[in-house]
Amino acid sequence: MAAPDSPASPRVRERPLSPHLQVYKRQVQMMTSITHRATGMVLAVGALAMVWGLGALAAGRGPWTEFVACVGSPLGKVVLFGFTWALAYHLINGIRHLVQDAGHGFAIPDFIRSSWISVIGSVVLVVLAWVVVLARWGQA
Amino acid sequence: MSGIGRDLRTPLKRARGLGSAKDGTGHFLWQRVTAIAVVLAGIYLLGLLIGLSGADYDFARAIVSDPFNASVLLAFVVAAFWHAKLGLQVIIEDYIHAPLLAGIAHLANIFVCALAAIAGVLAVLRIATLGV
Repeated sequence: MAAPDSPASPRVRERPLSPHLQVYKRQVQMMTSITHRATGMVLAVGALAMVWGLGALAAGRGPWTEFVACVGSPLGKVVLFGFTWALAYHLINGIRHLVQDAGHGFAIPDFIRSSWISVIGSVVLVVLAWVVVLARWGQA
Repeated sequence: MSGIGRDLRTPLKRARGLGSAKDGTGHFLWQRVTAIAVVLAGIYLLGLLIGLSGADYDFARAIVSDPFNASVLLAFVVAAFWHAKLGLQVIIEDYIHAPLLAGIAHLANIFVCALAAIAGVLAVLRIATLGV
């Protein structure tokens, strides 16, 4: 941010800008905030997929087998992996937001550190979950 | 407003309805309450899901028809779609500014979330009451 010019040249003075994304320096806190919204939208679709699964399970053996085949296909596995990462991220970052709502962690260094915890924690969590599931299901 | 001199309405009458709807706090609180519910129920269900050793039909039906599992699942479905409705509502309010399109988006959000929640509840109830 440039220092304000002399009052003699008010027209060239650089006014402070509101934080439009185009002029905003990339920061991890910004990305975690945007990603929280994005993963929220993804998870709304994931919740619909969950209802599809519950409906298939309620409908009987045939629909359930079709559902399992869809989810177990290569594309289904990729989508499911995406949903699990979105869930892990939204879960950890959501807890971070709840902690902040309670009034903690507002100092800038805390804010940056907790942002990175959300990012790295989500990757760790999703890898752990898939390792456990694949090991138990014996199809790694 | 050019004809303000002839406007017989009082300043209070003109200002009324232009401010906050006074229910933002409720939205904020329910977003948090449903978030905590989804976290608690979600952790239980994730544990259940990871504990599964396959996607076998009878096994999955048995898991869902257990009364406690079914209760947590019902709570999760209701809280998750409630939470999704509140979150998507904020996104629509922030990014869609055309009144007609925004209205349609809000209605669609409410209807899809409500219908999906009802369908999910119905599916779980069917499994839980009919059994394996």
